[in-house]
Amino acid sequence: MKFKLVPIAALLAAALASPAALAQKKYDPGASDTEIRIGNTNPYSGPASAYGTIGKAIGAYFKMVNEEGGVKGRKINFISYDDGYSPPKTVEMVRKLVEQDNVLFVFQTLGTPSNTAIHKYMNMQKVPQMHVATGATKWNDPRNFPWTMGWQPNYQTEGRIYAQYILKHKPNAKIGILYQNDDYGKDYVKGLKDGLADKATMIVKEVSYEVTDPTVDSQIVQLQASGADTFFNVTTPKFAAQAIRKAYDTGWKPLHFLNNVSVQIGTVLKPAGLEKSVGLISTAYLKDPTDKEWANDPAVKKWEEFMKKYYPEGSLIDSANMYAYTVASTLHQVLKQAGDNLTRENIMKQAADLKGFAVDTLIPGIKMNTSAGDFAPIESVQLMKFNGTQWERFGEVIGK
Amino acid sequence: MSRRQLIVLVVVIAAACALPFLVSNYRTFQFTLVLIYSVALLGLNILTGFNGQISLGHGAFYAIGAYCTAVLMDKFGVPYWATLPVAGAVCLVAGFLFGLPALRLEGLYLALATFALGVSLPQLLKYHQFEKWTGGVQGIVIPKPEAPFGLPLKPDQWLYFFTLAVTLVMFALAWNLLRGRVGRALVAIRDQHVAAEAMGVNNAIYKSLAFGVSAMYTGIAGALGAIAVQFVAPDSFNIFLSIVFLVGIVIGGLASISGAIYGALFIQFVPNIADEISKAAPWAIFGIFLIGFVYLMPLGVAGALRMAVARLGRKRHNF
Repeated sequence: MKFKLVPIAALLAAALASPAALAQKKYDPGASDTEIRIGNTNPYSGPASAYGTIGKAIGAYFKMVNEEGGVKGRKINFISYDDGYSPPKTVEMVRKLVEQDNVLFVFQTLGTPSNTAIHKYMNMQKVPQMHVATGATKWNDPRNFPWTMGWQPNYQTEGRIYAQYILKHKPNAKIGILYQNDDYGKDYVKGLKDGLADKATMIVKEVSYEVTDPTVDSQIVQLQASGADTFFNVTTPKFAAQAIRKAYDTGWKPLHFLNNVSVQIGTVLKPAGLEKSVGLISTAYLKDPTDKEWANDPAVKKWEEFMKKYYPEGSLIDSANMYAYTVASTLHQVLKQAGDNLTRENIMKQAADLKGFAVDTLIPGIKMNTSAGDFAPIESVQLMKFNGTQWERFGEVIGK
Repeated sequence: MSRRQLIVLVVVIAAACALPFLVSNYRTFQFTLVLIYSVALLGLNILTGFNGQISLGHGAFYAIGAYCTAVLMDKFGVPYWATLPVAGAVCLVAGFLFGLPALRLEGLYLALATFALGVSLPQLLKYHQFEKWTGGVQGIVIPKPEAPFGLPLKPDQWLYFFTLAVTLVMFALAWNLLRGRVGRALVAIRDQHVAAEAMGVNNAIYKSLAFGVSAMYTGIAGALGAIAVQFVAPDSFNIFLSIVFLVGIVIGGLASISGAIYGALFIQFVPNIADEISKAAPWAIFGIFLIGFVYLMPLGVAGALRMAVARLGRKRHNF
């Protein structure tokens, strides 16, 4: 008995002798010497289940991290539940994650309505709602919601970038705007106006449409009649295709900016007509796995290897998997920065302290910067122009 | 009600009251949802189980109830408990009015008409003329009720008891309604509407009323749901909700009052179990559960329990 106590006593003595080492390790629920528990909801079923691949790819990423030894020896336990893109289900599942699974924080919960449903709850519980998967601007509001952070470039940021381009290249433009009448559409318009600042008088006409409208043809005719020579097109895929086609068919040849929401070639530009889409300008921030320019890019190659090894059933042409890999890399960095201080407060603090952090799957030159007053990690993008077969990026990376 | 049934009822209610003190807040919240679903299922059961009218659109009434509560609380500052009667009344009228033209439709045609209602409502909620009140696609966030009179209850526990009280009242009313004249008339119409008419049952009135009352139940459930989840948005009430309700009453037991509770337990917990078994195909697992239940308990859980009790009674008799 005496002998058995010796090593324990020795350990105790060692522990007492180094209070500094002990003090450094701080944990909130969900973190320990061996594990970091992270919660997530994704639509694995239901109308938005195409996005479900994001949750699976993030899970695969952390599997890779764990096989490589985890983060400072701690394994990531990524718990992801299906919410079917239904906000009440998101509330239920997130409560389960926080109250029953005791996760340290939730990460990449997907969808604007789903995140709105848990926004207040997360901030009341003081559990980080980290890097949400939506582009609304309201996630960057550290003063009122200090526990919520976005990730992708938000709609206002993108709007500001088009404004910068217009001011530089077409200072006498007459701008016509078509936008969807909801938070998403209004965010873009606000961004553009903020970017134009005192030159907002360049906007000669603003028209909106409702998601329930059958077409946007009459809006395009109105914009053309206003004498606008620059078209800011803030529409979701179906309406984007209609607008591109109508703007071409009526003989209106404006300088045409298309929001990043609708840049898909297969579902937007093909139905609109590829020849009618020539000259469209939009933005990108991720390397597109189908872009020939990246065919031999080491980062894209590394991503392909990751996909083949850890997520072989995932699609290699789906940019959502590239997105998942990149956002998971961002969180990986936040956890590395947090070190042994794994409290919820420190997670938010570290996430708000990214300085020039770049993931190699982002377009070169795009860096993440956050601070206590700026909860928007990616705020720069590169412009691109459609050449009739694919998007060609041009110019420098712009934004912050 | 026999003495034994009464004892069972008292034990069940006592257990329900003890529950929130035994489990976590999260579980309490889940059981609150079970109670809410059971009220909705009871409503649908009055229409489909007792009266034989199939509805694939009850999610719409659930949504109307939820929006009534959310709009009243958010825009007019009405306290949460006072919104329930309004939500119920609005849905009663809506259901009755929808039931009138639906009278001409039988069986599958009625199912299609109600399906149309269920499909269209989420889009109508996004309509911009209503946006001032409904908040459009963004929906409405409402605050969580706290326990009144300084009761030492957590908000989740208080909400559970509030919901439990409403649920008990709704079940008592339904029991009262269905065991007497009205219940017999509804069942008679379901089984043989010509014969029912010959006996002096006014088919038109009873069918429309069944629709109205059914919608009222589901609407009140929707109102409770909005308070519990603290958020409404059009995406919360898609057509799938209506179908899940139908699944719930069939699994629980058609034309059975207690069946609504079993059905509610099923639709609350089985999808979660399915999700835990497989991320890749949660609905396939759900389907297996569904087929299993239908195959093993063709009369629903309530029917199977009834048969089990009867068999037990017989055995005891043999001894």
